[in-house]
Amino acid sequence: MFDAPPKKLVEVSGLKMHFPIHAGLLQRRVGEVRAVDDVSFDIFEGETLGLVGESGCGKSTCGRAILRLYDITAGSIRIDGEEIGQTSQHALRPRRPKMQMVFQDPQASLNPRMSVARIIGEPLDEHTDLSRPQKLERIYELMDAVGLNRNFANRYPHEFSGGQRQRIGIARALALNPKFIVCDEPIAALDVSIQAQVVNLLEDLQDRFGLTYLFISHDLSMVRHIADRVAVMYLGKVAELAPRDALYATPLHPYTQALLSAVPEPDPSIENRRTHIILTGDVPSPANPPQGCNFCTRCPKVMEMCHHLDPVMREVQPGHFVACHLHDPEHAKTAGQTAAPEATKSIQQGD
Amino acid sequence: MTDMPVDETEIIRPPRNQWLDVWDQFKTHKGALMGAAFFILILLAVTLGPLIWSIDPTYIDIRARNQGPSFAHPFGTDQLGRDTLARMIAGGQVSLAVGMTAMALALVLGTFIGVLAGYFKRLDGALMRMTDLFLALPLLPLLLVIIMLFRDSLRSAFGPEGGIFILIVGVIGITSWMQTARIVRGDVLALKEREFVLAARSIGTPAYRMILRHVLPNVLSPIMVSATLGIANAIITESALSFLGLGFPSDFPTWGRLLFDSTDYLQQYPERVLWPGLAISLTVLSVNYIGDGLRDALDPRIRGR
Repeated sequence: MFDAPPKKLVEVSGLKMHFPIHAGLLQRRVGEVRAVDDVSFDIFEGETLGLVGESGCGKSTCGRAILRLYDITAGSIRIDGEEIGQTSQHALRPRRPKMQMVFQDPQASLNPRMSVARIIGEPLDEHTDLSRPQKLERIYELMDAVGLNRNFANRYPHEFSGGQRQRIGIARALALNPKFIVCDEPIAALDVSIQAQVVNLLEDLQDRFGLTYLFISHDLSMVRHIADRVAVMYLGKVAELAPRDALYATPLHPYTQALLSAVPEPDPSIENRRTHIILTGDVPSPANPPQGCNFCTRCPKVMEMCHHLDPVMREVQPGHFVACHLHDPEHAKTAGQTAAPEATKSIQQGD
Repeated sequence: MTDMPVDETEIIRPPRNQWLDVWDQFKTHKGALMGAAFFILILLAVTLGPLIWSIDPTYIDIRARNQGPSFAHPFGTDQLGRDTLARMIAGGQVSLAVGMTAMALALVLGTFIGVLAGYFKRLDGALMRMTDLFLALPLLPLLLVIIMLFRDSLRSAFGPEGGIFILIVGVIGITSWMQTARIVRGDVLALKEREFVLAARSIGTPAYRMILRHVLPNVLSPIMVSATLGIANAIITESALSFLGLGFPSDFPTWGRLLFDSTDYLQQYPERVLWPGLAISLTVLSVNYIGDGLRDALDPRIRGR
């Protein structure tokens, strides 16, 4: 879809975010929740990368870790050529305007004691030294951009509907002219009719301001609508990463196949003939992930080797990456080697 | 709804000062208005009262002792013939000053420690154990030690009354901040996990501005409640201290002192307990109402209803 090779705006490699578990009388560290475990992907300038997965698979944590709202355990994050993976929060501050976030719950993400003008103006207070009338002018511009009436500037968040609140959140994210916005399930808390409005608004803004999105969602149909490429996460890892059409047409990973088969089909004649892949069991705890492939406990096509060997992310078709032994060209060769799974694990980095 | 075209002819109100909104809402709370009016009245009475009612509160007129209310002595006289109204006015100055200063001290200390403990995880353990320590301290021995150690040096530095005032305010402030600290810490812990704090962090707001802008305004309600209760507590504690001989000298009038002195004569002259008792409870009540009204006025979700 691009003529020239597009520029990589965000490069994530080997990102790990582990949360320690403390227990016992002395609060010793007894383990860790591997919310994001060795995730690598790139986002090209101007595109939308959809990040999908079920609840608790680490999508939101991944998005927040990329913006360094957490101190990450390991890995490298480059945004616009600048490495921010291990930078201190203080040194990050001047780079914050480039990357912003739209949050899931528009009610909780707006301070109930601040008026809309102050909420949208907060990033301006922090990063610019505009005079008061200039600031107000910018706030009005932003409110126009997201379709909010200028008269709402004096109101407080509780006086708005969910969709309007989400627009306030989007206006706040836009205030500093960012390049990259992480949309953390921006439509999950909204009515279906409002979802379309907000998604269309996000698309409009992308066209107008040349934004790059990481669009986190569990709504596969919405991701199909907005995303250029889609990454599927399961239990802290990326299972499959592919251009949108390729992913929806030919899902390669059994988990992606199961996810897609759960999307309802509007045509009843097709819906009746179609077979659903129903996964059994629950997602294992990220504090205690299974040996080998993360998905081996629920995979309908599980093989012997899946229980020992962690699959590597491979480019099976151009631009289509998958981490599954089914698509491993050395499948036959490695199937015999069940010994020493640990040794191979450590060198499997990235794509 | 939001897609309404902006009518250019419509006058757009510039953002209004938030404190005007707060005042508008405060005005609609009748109890708060009455409380504020009464509190101002008491303040005026104790500050301007001595100019109008010029009898010396320590003047002893032994022939006029134990009198009931009359034109010469509207609130009567005590067992030494001192005018009760003059003593009420003089006592009110001290009691209100002690109450408000000690409350302010306890509030600032409690809020500061609560916010630090709730917001910075590293400080939480140490600060909260210190709070527990203060809660567990036996108050009376502590007061005895403090007064023994500091009374004379403070007296020589600030004069007998000033020294005792600082001592009492300090002692009450230091021994009553713990409840506020605990409540504030709990609220801050909950607030810290809200998404708007995360949003502010994604903008790069530094910690102190985060606390001032996002955390403190949202913990204002519990702080306000403990402030209004704190004034009452400080006035009562001061009188208890004076009663034990640890506070102001026994001839120095405060509302608490007057109350305790009158309890000896409860059987013969019950009206004598009435004046200081009424003054303390009405002050506390009016402060409570003011706090109630302020809390409502500061919350935009209640404002405008």
